[in-house]
Amino acid sequence: MTLKQLSIFLENKPGRLGQPCQVLAAAGIDIVTLTLADTEQFGILRLIVRDWEKARAVLEQNGFVMNVCDVLAVEIPDRSGGLASVLAVLEPATVNIEYMYAFTLKRGGNAVMIVRFEKPEQAVQVLRQHKIALLDAAALFKLT
Amino acid sequence: MSAYPIHPDSYADFLTHDELRRIQLHRLQEVVRVSYERVPLTRQRMQERGLKPEHIRTLGDAALLPFMQKTDLRDTYPYGLFARPMHEVVRLHASSGTTGKPIVVGYTRDDLRVWSSVMTRTLSAAGLNERDVVQNAFGYGLFTGGLGAHYGAEALGATVIPISGGNTERQLLVMQDFGVTAICSTPSYFLHLIEAIEAVGGFRDLKLRTGIFGAEPWTEAMRAYIQEHAKIKAYDIYGLTEIIGPGVATECCCQAGLHVFEDHFLMEIVDPDTGRVLPDGEEGELVLTTLSKQATPMIRFRTHDITAIDPAPCACGRTIRRVRRVTHRSDDMLIIRGVNVFPSQIEAALLKVGKELPHYQIVLARQAGLDQMEVQVEMTEALFRDKVSAVEQLQRKMVQAIEHVVGLRVNVRLVEPQSIARSQGKAKRVLDQRKEGAKP
Repeated sequence: MTLKQLSIFLENKPGRLGQPCQVLAAAGIDIVTLTLADTEQFGILRLIVRDWEKARAVLEQNGFVMNVCDVLAVEIPDRSGGLASVLAVLEPATVNIEYMYAFTLKRGGNAVMIVRFEKPEQAVQVLRQHKIALLDAAALFKLT
Repeated sequence: MSAYPIHPDSYADFLTHDELRRIQLHRLQEVVRVSYERVPLTRQRMQERGLKPEHIRTLGDAALLPFMQKTDLRDTYPYGLFARPMHEVVRLHASSGTTGKPIVVGYTRDDLRVWSSVMTRTLSAAGLNERDVVQNAFGYGLFTGGLGAHYGAEALGATVIPISGGNTERQLLVMQDFGVTAICSTPSYFLHLIEAIEAVGGFRDLKLRTGIFGAEPWTEAMRAYIQEHAKIKAYDIYGLTEIIGPGVATECCCQAGLHVFEDHFLMEIVDPDTGRVLPDGEEGELVLTTLSKQATPMIRFRTHDITAIDPAPCACGRTIRRVRRVTHRSDDMLIIRGVNVFPSQIEAALLKVGKELPHYQIVLARQAGLDQMEVQVEMTEALFRDKVSAVEQLQRKMVQAIEHVVGLRVNVRLVEPQSIARSQGKAKRVLDQRKEGAKP
């Protein structure tokens, strides 16, 4: 159920974000969603793309340093308290979230969030027990 | 003759040629004999050459003796080159070695007396006397600068303010309120003080008239800048931990080269590649032999400082010869805020953090008069983690590892792969952006 996310190390300088995007564009790779974590000196660009292996190959060819990790696409009821209700099932199970970011499109009446868990497999179990929908790559890319 | 009254210790600066050479030879023979007897490394190297102490009959015979290097101090760390038992050693100082461990030098009571004396002569040559109030902004501690200048100024009879380096605000307060007439510091720190003083309205009410600057290379342009802005006379002094600390050589009122205290230090200039002794006037590497040091005598120590001997008589009347101001070295040692730094130390530190050595570059810059060192490290797949906190932790670890090895807190900047320029596949390890020009 996990998705592959690419994380790219960038210096925090003008124009830096554009370069990996251009590399992906030139290779015809769609960015499904992304988020940027930044500090004063550096940033980490996190990407979900359709063909992550191809994306990794072209980015590596262009000299980027990358990390690939597993994340989950979690359906969140799109109403007030929706996210809280999902977090409420994770907390007692001590499933740690490292970070999360919202997916831009909705699925039915639900929002989708990309979540990086400390232990993704454990998170899958807990979320399934509570009947919280997870989207695999095929389902996620269908939305775009 | 000198434009200033001379301290009694300074009479040795004016010995006749014959007197000086006689003293030097006598002391050279003694230090070689003692080293041969008590320092295994020296004895072994002399034996390898079939050399005995009695073979040293003239000063020129010094050229027969094997060289000593900074690495010898590292390899025999901590006490392997000590020629006196520890109960006779009353002080230790240390400076950074070429990698990891520092090098350690010792002083007997007599060594401290000699050190005080050569520092007294240093300050006296710069025109200081018992009426001066000396703000000693050299760092106190293992670094030789602070205590060396301190005891010399006290022995001179001046009033010493042992303020040590740093805390600029307090430096200014003391300079103003205590009626400071002379300051000892690294030139880069004084440039920083100039900025701070100008920021609060300038030098008008200060009594400061003399600056004693050393522990790092500086230029004539920097001197001109300092003298003009601070309205003082700025003197260059020279020394190194391995030999004694500050007090090896100093400028006089003529500010035209540094007089070496030849009665305590035998100097030679050698070709840095072949080790061959060069005649006076030719540029080469300064090699020093301690003629009176008891605890850690050094024989033909390779300083790696490039200079030349000026044998011409000096207008001040001193007969001890001068060397030209040292502006560069024959190895890759950097001097940052008075601290010796070798690129190899940075490498050793980075290797402790990751298993492989990443591409890195040392960038030297001057900000507000202070030398800054930044180590730029290219991110690698092995080092990179997806979490911001993990990358920040990596950076912190590198800062700590470098501080541990070098003793200096420097900036570490993680940069993208391939962003450090390479020439023929090899990265240029040091990028010096400090301007040689007047305005630092």
